[in-house]
Amino acid sequence: MQDKSQNARNYWKENLRCLVLLLSIWFLVSYGAGILFRSVLDQIQIAGFPLGFWFAQQGSIYFFVLLIFIYVNWMNRLDKKYGFDEE
Amino acid sequence: MSVQLWTYLMVGITFTLYIGIAILSRAGSTKEFYVAGGGVSPLANGMATAADWMSAASFISMAGLISFIGFDGSVYLMGWTGGYVLLALLLAPYLRKFGKFTVPDFIGERYYSKTARIVAVLCALLVSFTYVAGQMRGVGVVFSRFLEVDINTGVIIGMIIVLFYAVLGGMKGITYTQVAQYCVLIFAFMVPAIFISIQMTGSPIPQLGMGAKGADGVYLLEKLNGLSTELGFAEYTKGTKSTLDVFAITAALMVGTAGLPHVIVRFFTVKRVRDARKSAGLALLFIAILYTTAPAVAVFARINLINTVSNQPYANMPAWFSNWEKTDLLTFEDKNGDGLIQYVAPPEINELTVDRDIMVLANPEIANLPAWVIALVAAGSLAAALSTAAGLLLVISASVSHDLIKNVFNPNISEKQELIAARLSAVGAVVVAGYFGINPPGFVAAVVALAFGLAAASIFPAIIMGIFNKKMNKEGAITGMVVGISLMLFYMLKFKFGVFDGGKAAVAGLKTQWWFGISPEGFGSMAMLINFVVSFIVNRFTAPVPEVVQEIVENIRIPSGAGKASH
Repeated sequence: MQDKSQNARNYWKENLRCLVLLLSIWFLVSYGAGILFRSVLDQIQIAGFPLGFWFAQQGSIYFFVLLIFIYVNWMNRLDKKYGFDEE
Repeated sequence: MSVQLWTYLMVGITFTLYIGIAILSRAGSTKEFYVAGGGVSPLANGMATAADWMSAASFISMAGLISFIGFDGSVYLMGWTGGYVLLALLLAPYLRKFGKFTVPDFIGERYYSKTARIVAVLCALLVSFTYVAGQMRGVGVVFSRFLEVDINTGVIIGMIIVLFYAVLGGMKGITYTQVAQYCVLIFAFMVPAIFISIQMTGSPIPQLGMGAKGADGVYLLEKLNGLSTELGFAEYTKGTKSTLDVFAITAALMVGTAGLPHVIVRFFTVKRVRDARKSAGLALLFIAILYTTAPAVAVFARINLINTVSNQPYANMPAWFSNWEKTDLLTFEDKNGDGLIQYVAPPEINELTVDRDIMVLANPEIANLPAWVIALVAAGSLAAALSTAAGLLLVISASVSHDLIKNVFNPNISEKQELIAARLSAVGAVVVAGYFGINPPGFVAAVVALAFGLAAASIFPAIIMGIFNKKMNKEGAITGMVVGISLMLFYMLKFKFGVFDGGKAAVAGLKTQWWFGISPEGFGSMAMLINFVVSFIVNRFTAPVPEVVQEIVENIRIPSGAGKASH
């Protein structure tokens, strides 16, 4: 019983670490690149896009999709490691 | 074939499809009615969530809005997609593990209190009703423009269709019609976008076309910045809102998205926790296809519009111009009497007013695309509006039949009676929504945007604390929800409707008094922070959480053994 709850606590700790990392990236690509540092990034132009504008209207969304799929894989591995996976 | 004939054909075929699916997937139990039996595949749930989420506002209004406000429109793009990251990482897996039917179910049990459940029901109803009225109106507008029936007749036709498949099929029927509706709406959005992108830039991928060069060798965005400045508008890629306000609005929309009951409840319909995670990813992928195309459509439409009308003789305007003039959504007033259209920023010499909502609908006509494409767009906008309306109606009916009748007023109700109650509440909800569609209280459009603020200020913090803070007690959560939503309502009434300062006319003047310069659209993020702070303070000074409840929280943090959703 002791082991079981310790196992769950460790799982939760690793889960939180994963969340903090992924949400930091989430914050950086949207609020960071698309809003706060937009005017700096706009100095850089890639194809016809000022970079800050690109992050705000395109890039952040691609990152969001990517982040969720990284999360899905990460958590599936974590579930397996701690024996919480199903089928 | 004429546009109208094509429209009848496309709308006819898609509606038959929706009704056919509804008949095949009737709900036989409350579990099927509320959560489609809990066995939906992640792929189907992803598509259904995408259709559920993308409303008339996403399909019809968003690209048009961005077209007119340029960079400032980014708040909608980031706000309405970034919320899915929060949903996938912070809410969906845990709520699926919890395994109940509704959002108030979770809040009621996690905070071991009937009061908490009732407060959550009221928040869910307030959010859903403000949202659904706008959808019915969208249905009406599309019907009246493309099928040339009266707007009200359009609303009633829409009501009957939704009534049919929501009441008959419940969540099960809605899920599979939403899958079909997603396919219709994404096809309808992409086809004209790809056509126009090829026309203007030679690139078949609108996302790339947006950053490409036009036929004259100038980058589209550069050209658009030039045209905008020339006519006195702000530079397209720069925008006019303050950085703080852009930040606040984006945050309110993201958090609001993650707190919308009709979106959350979709994740109760899959089998396992890992399916909930995966279907959130798929949902965002499906949504992103439209959301990354919309800003490209905005750029194409803006350039096309300016090139077609600016300083051109009114007499030479193409047919779409006069078609939309008939609806009063496009008006021209020759102020200086030179017969040319002056489309410029200063209102005293500007001669053309274009309603932002018509850009997506008029875009294929402006670009001279074939009649079937125009009809397809009409069918797509109906799919977007109907799918969202159905999802919302289900939340409303479940709130009444499950959260209020079954869990508060009459716990002894039988399964069969509850199913009847669910169906009757769905009928009631459709009728109320239809009423608002036909008699829109002048503020519907404004309130839809604010529904996010309401969700952000109330439901989202309660759920997050319920999962991530074992020690949060009922007193804290309830006070937080009540303070959050009341503050948001107050701010809305004061600064959006001028209720305390003599009505709508006063609103513009109150702008200087915005707290920290944050607009009512962005205030949801402030109200959410205040909700958190109040909850923590109250929590400190009231009784601790019972041991049993802490165990529930520990249990939802572990993904295995989710089982099927149940009472």
